[in-house]
Amino acid sequence: MATKEMKARVTKTKAPVMSALKGQTLLCLRTLTEKNPASLATYEQLGGYTQLKRLVTEKVKAVDIITQVKVSGLRGRGGAGFPTGLKWSFMPRYFDGTKYLVCNSDEGEPGTFKDRDILRYNPHQLIEGMAIAAYTLGARVGYNYIHGEIWQDYEIFEAALQEARAAGYIGENLFGTNFSVDLYAVHGYGAYICGEETALIESIEGKKGQPRFKPPFPASYGVFGKPTNVNNTESFASIPWILQHGGQAFAELGVPNSGGTKLFSVSGHVEKPGNFEVKMGTTFKELLDMADGVWKGRKLKAVIPGGPSTPVMTADMIMNATMDYDGLSKAGSSLGAGSMIVMDETTCMVKTLKRLSYFFFEESCGQCTPCREGTGWVYRIINRITEGNGKMEDLDLLTDVSSNISGRTICALGDAAATPVLSFIKHFRLEFEYYIQHGKSMVDGK
Amino acid sequence: MVKIEIDGKALEVEYGSTIIDAADKVGIAIPRFCYHKKLSVAANCRMCLVQVEKFAKPLPACATPVADGMKIFTRSKEAVEAQQSVMEFLLINHPLDCPICDQGGECDLQDIAVAYGASGSRYTEEKRVVINKNIGPLISTDMTRCIQCTRCVRFLKEVGGMQELGLINRGEHAEITAYVDKSVNSELSGNIIDLCPVGALTSKPFRYTARGWELTRRPSIAPHDGLGSHIEVHVKDNKVMRVLPREKESINECWLSDRDRYSYEGLNSPDRLKTPMIKHNGTWAETDWKTALEFAAGQLKDITKQYGGDALGVLVSPNSTMEEGYLIKQLAHGLGCDNVDYRLRQTDFRLDGKRVGTPWMGCNIQEIEELDRILLIGSNLRNEHPLLAQRFRKAVNNGAELSIVSPLDNDPLMDIAHKVIVRPNDMVNILGQILKAMSKIQRLSLCLPPSLELLLSNIKVRDNTQAMAESLAGLGGEIDLIAPKVGIFLGNMALSDPRFTEMYSMAEAIGGICGAKGGILPASANSTGMHLMGVMPCTLGMHARAMLEAPRRAYLLLNIEPELDCQHAALANAAMAQAECVVALTAFKSAALENADVLLPIAPFTETSGTFMSMEGRVQSFQAVAKPLGECRPAWKVLRVLANTLGLKDFDFDSSEQVKDKIFNGEKPSAVVWRSMNNNLKELVEIQVNVKDHGLQRIGEVPQYESDPIVRRSAPLQKTKYNTKPMARMRAEQIAALGLVEGETVLVKQDKGSAVLQVKLDSHVAMGCVRVTASHEGSVGLGDLMGDITVEKHTVEVNQQEAETA
Repeated sequence: MATKEMKARVTKTKAPVMSALKGQTLLCLRTLTEKNPASLATYEQLGGYTQLKRLVTEKVKAVDIITQVKVSGLRGRGGAGFPTGLKWSFMPRYFDGTKYLVCNSDEGEPGTFKDRDILRYNPHQLIEGMAIAAYTLGARVGYNYIHGEIWQDYEIFEAALQEARAAGYIGENLFGTNFSVDLYAVHGYGAYICGEETALIESIEGKKGQPRFKPPFPASYGVFGKPTNVNNTESFASIPWILQHGGQAFAELGVPNSGGTKLFSVSGHVEKPGNFEVKMGTTFKELLDMADGVWKGRKLKAVIPGGPSTPVMTADMIMNATMDYDGLSKAGSSLGAGSMIVMDETTCMVKTLKRLSYFFFEESCGQCTPCREGTGWVYRIINRITEGNGKMEDLDLLTDVSSNISGRTICALGDAAATPVLSFIKHFRLEFEYYIQHGKSMVDGK
Repeated sequence: MVKIEIDGKALEVEYGSTIIDAADKVGIAIPRFCYHKKLSVAANCRMCLVQVEKFAKPLPACATPVADGMKIFTRSKEAVEAQQSVMEFLLINHPLDCPICDQGGECDLQDIAVAYGASGSRYTEEKRVVINKNIGPLISTDMTRCIQCTRCVRFLKEVGGMQELGLINRGEHAEITAYVDKSVNSELSGNIIDLCPVGALTSKPFRYTARGWELTRRPSIAPHDGLGSHIEVHVKDNKVMRVLPREKESINECWLSDRDRYSYEGLNSPDRLKTPMIKHNGTWAETDWKTALEFAAGQLKDITKQYGGDALGVLVSPNSTMEEGYLIKQLAHGLGCDNVDYRLRQTDFRLDGKRVGTPWMGCNIQEIEELDRILLIGSNLRNEHPLLAQRFRKAVNNGAELSIVSPLDNDPLMDIAHKVIVRPNDMVNILGQILKAMSKIQRLSLCLPPSLELLLSNIKVRDNTQAMAESLAGLGGEIDLIAPKVGIFLGNMALSDPRFTEMYSMAEAIGGICGAKGGILPASANSTGMHLMGVMPCTLGMHARAMLEAPRRAYLLLNIEPELDCQHAALANAAMAQAECVVALTAFKSAALENADVLLPIAPFTETSGTFMSMEGRVQSFQAVAKPLGECRPAWKVLRVLANTLGLKDFDFDSSEQVKDKIFNGEKPSAVVWRSMNNNLKELVEIQVNVKDHGLQRIGEVPQYESDPIVRRSAPLQKTKYNTKPMARMRAEQIAALGLVEGETVLVKQDKGSAVLQVKLDSHVAMGCVRVTASHEGSVGLGDLMGDITVEKHTVEVNQQEAETA
């Protein structure tokens, strides 16, 4: 329900300082330069909802829309990077019953905060993207599952939904056609696991968020057992632009195999942390510059490029890398959700890993044995090391235990929990050995 | 069919089956904890990971469907490594308390750890401890041992019908628990003990009493309901220590009801009668068999000689074996007595002599699952047939539409499509409506007896009964069915009702129109067997009820406690009190047998051999699993010797098998059964159209843990929530209409008897009814299970009057 307060908050949402946007290509956040970025008026003024109207009223064929999305090279922005157009083509065309659409706004990994800016500054573009997807895929109902710890953004999105409903962009018989779609906002309660699409679906159904075994995939057995398409917030928000300018134009914004723009959440030891929407293939250096470089003029030590579930990179590894799927993959990590955590020379990698492994230990859903038991084991070993009670064989044990979790669970949380352990020990083994031998950190001496 | 290869072995398996199914079929062992063939697939324990060609990661065999050309390796390096790593994870937080764990020696985790575990642990951190939960008197918990496989959760949800356990919290903090302050109340709860692959859930009564390897396992048949579940009795030092299910897919699958599982505690109760006893001048004295038998024989002979065989009444428990039933019938006939009956809880005997054969459930137990439409008449299914209810649940989960006509609205824990909850008297009218609606749908003109025609002509079909008729005809629902498989069943409340004939005739007519299978759901282990052998009066004799209404001079009782096992407790009590001689063959001392003159200790089912015939007509023999306690003897032997003492002929049986051969005349039992089972009536039966209706009616169901003498003595079952003393249960409107309030004490009267009970709110009871459970000392002063009843305020004056008369 949109209260007056909520509406007031929406209109009060201020645009950021213009100079901050230097070097960025605003696509998902295209309203950011306007006065009231989140309002319907602003979005309409920028040509918003014209694509939805065009597609629906001109009865554009679903296959043509999917072709455009395929051409665009848009890949799942939630972290897995699965081609969106291909995913859309998995939805059964003919189905006797309700099909569902789900937007995954449940970003909960440390350092990930890009989707909330879309919800906060440009909710209507997301709504239009979802509505277009619903039209394309024949989904009658859509849910946007919003992370439980960003309540304000949930309220803003809910208010935007009401505006859109009132303006006739969602609801029954849109634009006088027989196309109808209902969109709803759902908020979680902060569990990281609910960002996993099948756990998210369970949560929407009112159950405990636990991933389902796949197959069957959501496209055949999703919300309430019905065909469901799940995409990330940023993926949906890219759709209106793709259909306005054509898939080719989107693809050309980026580099081969990585079309379009990407939002990077830059955090950690930089002068100016924040979200940056840049073209795919932008170099790491450029991105670091946008964040005004490593803070206090210190030296760069390591970067986690796509969120803690992607392997950590040393400064050398990332310095010449480009920020796109293939670029980072070649450099030895992956793009993930574009949550870049920057660490300077004063960072103790042992303590950092302890914090990360504590996160996965606390967030494991507890369903599968390796993840339930292994994440706790890993955390306890690292914790013991930081308490000065480490043994040299602990490092091999950590590697072994993590490898045993990886690839042996229902969902990818097990892999995500193993990745930092494996990559931290691989790239910073000396630091771990020092900590075990001396009972204190090599970096801060504590 | 799909061609696959497991460990180099080429196989053809059904499309859609999983790797684990395929491997199980050819005997390739894949370790597993969470997977169970009867439950949904959870794929969470990860123990069954196997290597599949072309897949980078190991896959769970339980959840991976086979595909053509799939090559599976269950013992390759990659597979074994994965399995071993999962084993290590499972063990790091599992306590090393096998020496004091009840599961030790029969534990999946222990067994699989021997095969896949390391000899030592790499885990040196602190171990997890989980607080134990109290989930009731039947199941003991040691939650630190739990490996979160969720079999118990899935069983209670999917088979039990209600999710009473769940996994709360995340990650390592995840634990199985019941709802806050709640216990597990499912009448099938004991099965989660069998399902638990570790020692987290163990049997509370059995706890710390024996080790699995000390027990001798002997097969037997469950004696408490008509299902005929296969059980395995575990015996140590001639004492029954526990009972587990024996797998029999077509009957009990791999499950067992709590009643069948925990009743054994009654066998070991201090009430067991160990020596024959004779009452001299009002005091009981132990005696030897010879004296007791001669005394009993003398009494029976004298009375029958002096007053004729008709002076004797023989009441037989329907839980007795076929052999016992046959012998006691022959014995009675030998004394010139035709007053033999096993139908202790029946009021309406008008169908006697009008049946074609033996009434039964009308289909196989397994067929219930396949039904499309079900009509259940007067049955509190979960109370009467706890495990059979689960088959109905399967049918409903498969899409069957369930319609219920009953005076009780108890939740069967499955979806009900249509229900009508009315007074027992009005159920006839409801069935009439269904019949009328049905005949209209089918455009049939019925050929019915005039009384039924008359009844139907005065009936107006209402919407709900119209809907029921349409459902039974296959109409309605999502898709109309052309030829639905219909099942119509009458339960205990219908069987005990004075208008059973009307209900049966209607059900038969409805079933005739829609081609339904079905019949009655006999309550006891051997009800159908007793009927088959004719342990009931032929033409001249009296039925069970008549024997009590016109009291006999002598009674011979087999395996019953008269006031608790008979339909009319007060009548039974009075009849025994006035009799000159009561000879009771019983396994237990009982306050209900105080009026007896001689007690002959007989062996319960575990200590005798015999045969039961189940509700689906399955003839199942069993052997004794333990030696008779003290001076107890199998009832068939006692009856044989008693007959010998009486000087009767043709009682020269040396084994129960010989008796069985005699019963079936050397024919194959199944052939006799096939010929005899028939629910049809020989002729159209006239029914009573107008019955006197006095208003309030009693619903006197027998609680499931009061159903027979053994169950009544099982301490753990008596501690469950199902054991409540009788109360005057009524719905709120009824309480208000009588000007009463909940918790108030009332005087409940039936016939000449009465009981002082508390008023209890029970929204499941139909308006116009008072639910007062039977088979309990609190309600033995009352009459018919289903009959007229009055409720009045229990004032202090009444107390004084009673005190004065006393």
